[in-house]
Amino acid sequence: MKIIVCLKQVPNTTEIKIDPVTNTLKRDGVASIINPDDKTGLEVALQLKDKFGAHVTVISMGPKQAEKALGEALAMGADRAILLTDRAFAGADTLATSKTIAAAINTLEYDLIIAGRQAIDGDTAQVGPEIAEHLGLPQITYVNNVEYSAEENTFTVQRQFEDGYQLLQVQTPCLFTLLATAEKPRYMRVKGLVDLDKKEVEILTRADIVIEDAVLGLKGSPTKVKQSFNKQYNSNKQKFVLDPAEAAKLIATTLKEKHLI
Amino acid sequence: MSKNILIIAEQRNSQVQNVTFELIGISRELAKANDAKVEVLLLGHNVGDQVANIVGYGADSVFVVDDPALESYMTEPYTQAVTQVIREKEPNVVLVGASSIGRDLAPRVAARLNTGLTADCTKLEMQPDGSLEMTRPAFGGNLFATIVCPDTRPQMSTVRPGVMKRCEFDATRTAQVENIKVEFAPSRIKLVKEVKQTCSVDSIEDAKILVACGRGIGKEEHIQRAKDLAYTLGGTYCSSRALVDAGLVESCRQVGQTGKTVRPEAYLAFGISGAVQHLAGMEDSELIIAVNKDETASIFNVADVGIVSDATRVLPLLKEEIEKIIKA
Repeated sequence: MKIIVCLKQVPNTTEIKIDPVTNTLKRDGVASIINPDDKTGLEVALQLKDKFGAHVTVISMGPKQAEKALGEALAMGADRAILLTDRAFAGADTLATSKTIAAAINTLEYDLIIAGRQAIDGDTAQVGPEIAEHLGLPQITYVNNVEYSAEENTFTVQRQFEDGYQLLQVQTPCLFTLLATAEKPRYMRVKGLVDLDKKEVEILTRADIVIEDAVLGLKGSPTKVKQSFNKQYNSNKQKFVLDPAEAAKLIATTLKEKHLI
Repeated sequence: MSKNILIIAEQRNSQVQNVTFELIGISRELAKANDAKVEVLLLGHNVGDQVANIVGYGADSVFVVDDPALESYMTEPYTQAVTQVIREKEPNVVLVGASSIGRDLAPRVAARLNTGLTADCTKLEMQPDGSLEMTRPAFGGNLFATIVCPDTRPQMSTVRPGVMKRCEFDATRTAQVENIKVEFAPSRIKLVKEVKQTCSVDSIEDAKILVACGRGIGKEEHIQRAKDLAYTLGGTYCSSRALVDAGLVESCRQVGQTGKTVRPEAYLAFGISGAVQHLAGMEDSELIIAVNKDETASIFNVADVGIVSDATRVLPLLKEEIEKIIKA
């Protein structure tokens, strides 16, 4: 089985804080990580490799420094890593990104494509389904569990909803997007780290994929950012320093005044 | 192309979900800018009885695709039906609820139509020329961006449930209803079974009063006290992501960027530090009372009443105070 895992390097947004004085994002020193849902997707691929034997290729689109995330994926056990990087790809929205990645995947062989449900920086959850559409593949998103029957070459997956789940069956080729809760990703292996010298992240540029210029990057993106802004919070609100009994009284009185009790 | 707004209704077990009525509500506002009509597409099987609700909440027209292939939500038949109707009706704007259904369906449709899609919008504004400005959070709610889709149509957006306000229900409203037939291709995905996991009887989106638990009260005994308090107040409890990740609270009770958006009459936050991801899900609550030991906690930036105190000790005392008032 040949598996392609799409992953994205993201800033660890849980570490981002707002500077209380300037009211802007403090992004300095915030670590870059493999997006959590994607890392779980890689773990699922590696488990399929452990159980059934598979060749796992990780692919990412981003700046040159995204090589680091792909290196980590190799050290976890991926067999091949590809970084799509070119100034022509910059500024792409989800549609342009998905077309670019789909064009790169078109140069590869695969049975299964796995992506994370969404990235923690953009939170859109759109690139996975859009890749599936460009490649004409059936998609299953919000996947919480993956079972595979080698005899029937069939995947049975649990598709999560807010109020329940579906068990769905599909044959390859297909695309899943994984929830971070599905599996706990393994650590990088010592052997994997040692072998890193031998495995290199392959770089694909504009010239390596077959796609029209008109659909790439910023100019190939139907959506444009008109403006971006930080949330303004009022950090000068009144606070009461109270002992627990006083605190309880104040809350009870407030609720009563508002006719909530 | 028309000027109109098309809403893809979300139904589960043949019941139209609140987010659909919220989308109709915002669309009625948007439609004023360029004199557009509000259209709703209802997909499902045996869903005809849901049309009256959609009309009562403000739709000008309702398109219905009623077919056994649409009984349960499945990406392929839903995408096929939605795409066909969009191609036929050529709306200017398509709105979809940003649920686990809408966020599967909308990108597939947008890619098929080769148009832009803006995810998880929290604010929509229409210009007189029919261009839609879509504002959404990014970086976990740390940053907001206003997105436009100038050159392709329809302009598509998913909108978070609980953010927009629905209109008053008016049973006297009338609308045009049209049934549309779709020839479905055989599905490549087989539905083996469907399992409902009802959270609990109470839904945090519908509660008037929410008692919210954070890391600062992250022990079972304290959470139990928060639950007791919530039920004494006639409300229910919810939590920040930390306690859900720790397995102490069910995920359907998580408030915030990756959880639910709530706007109760009162939000009582105990031991919640107030990461922006959390604030994004509750800051529109009518009254916010926050108790935290740490006076620098960000929750105080949105609290109407901020109290620096030990939340674990306030909880039981507050329940006593409330009981006194109720008895009096």
